[in-house]
Amino acid sequence: MAEESVKLLGYWGSPFALRVKWALKLKGIQYHYVEEDLPNKSPMLLQYNPVYKKIPVLVHDDKPLAESLVILEYIDEEWKQNPLLPIDPYERAKARFWAKFADDKCVPPVMAAFSKKGEEQERAAKEARENLKTLESGLEGKRFFGGETIGFVDIAAGWIGCWARMTGEIIGINLIDAETMPLLDAWFQDFLEVPFIKECMPPQDKLLEHNKEFHKILTAAST
Amino acid sequence: MAEEVLVFGAWGSPFSRRVEMALKLKGIEYKFIEEDLTNKSPSLLKYNPVHKKIPVLVHNGKPVAESLVILEYIDETWKDHPILPKDPYERANARFWAKFIDEKCLSAIFKACWGACWGEEKEHEKAEIEHEKAVKEVSELLQFLENELKEKRYFGGETVGLLDIAANTIGYWLGVFEEASGVELLTREKFPKLCNWANEFVCVTAIKENLPPRDKLIAYFRNRFGAGNASK
Repeated sequence: MAEESVKLLGYWGSPFALRVKWALKLKGIQYHYVEEDLPNKSPMLLQYNPVYKKIPVLVHDDKPLAESLVILEYIDEEWKQNPLLPIDPYERAKARFWAKFADDKCVPPVMAAFSKKGEEQERAAKEARENLKTLESGLEGKRFFGGETIGFVDIAAGWIGCWARMTGEIIGINLIDAETMPLLDAWFQDFLEVPFIKECMPPQDKLLEHNKEFHKILTAAST
Repeated sequence: MAEEVLVFGAWGSPFSRRVEMALKLKGIEYKFIEEDLTNKSPSLLKYNPVHKKIPVLVHNGKPVAESLVILEYIDETWKDHPILPKDPYERANARFWAKFIDEKCLSAIFKACWGACWGEEKEHEKAEIEHEKAVKEVSELLQFLENELKEKRYFGGETVGLLDIAANTIGYWLGVFEEASGVELLTREKFPKLCNWANEFVCVTAIKENLPPRDKLIAYFRNRFGAGNASK
């Protein structure tokens, strides 16, 4: 097989770029990584993602792709080893449903809890906890969303375990409740301990510092 | 093989119509259940406990929710008349634009048509500026779609595909919003390709048979959201 050129434009602290790194690692795909300076985006990034101007962008044989969940599906279809999605259409639909749910319903309230203050923050934290509890139901009692091994939803949503905990630490409100969502809590722990997952994670102390700084900026901005 | 396919939807919803369009394209028989969205049925709440929304496809008792997820399920379950191309990059492209339409276009269109209709005189200038901004944003978004169409007859190429179906909001509902609110967004001079596509799209049998009556839809949106943002 001819050597393929795979390039990933990302940011070290971005969980969305992390998803793509995990997927490429799982499938053993070699790639060239380009770190973007987000306050100063490269012409290459703007050319490859004119619609959103965001990372991650995967470029394969000079063809760019944006939106991390779309990129995950592409990676899964292009490289068939260690599949992310199951074979059965109904199971695939469930996986897509939960990945979308995590992005649409879990991530925004966690981010809102991170960036707001007072009553708005409390409301966001409450919503985050409720929706994380709903996400737990998608596990259906399994160890991972993918069953015995990691799959699509694990890679799509597993990072929330780390980020939500970090957010909780910074804002002083617990978002992942080990008592009311024990299965989700266990899943986050198991997922983040998987060797190749752990290997790709950004250094935790650097990430915490970075997020603390980011929090200061965001809460200074919101009145 | 006895197969039961149910679709829970609403007559005016582009999202449930998408599901029906895909099933129709593939010649799949199904039973449609019209939901009263102000009084949701126990069945709907049972089949979609997470979002409690339509559409829901129930195939042999197994429910699938979220219209784009349903479209992919339909394509993977019934292999005739595929709505996604074979090439992974082309598939990713279709998914990207379908997501773009749902996540960026709809809310921008609504804002341009009905967002912030301040009645007070002193707020009028502010409302005008907001309205102009919203219209400009829709224009930029539609331009992306215009460029994506290139010289193709449909987004899917020679035949209607997943992206065309997902773009039903642009191909039909947008025209309805424009007429209901009086705001012009999809003009022929700025978007000739997109306009041509919309005309072709609504003529495809499987699509045409699944479009709600235009007048009824216009009346519904006017009634629900008011006369709209059109500058008098």
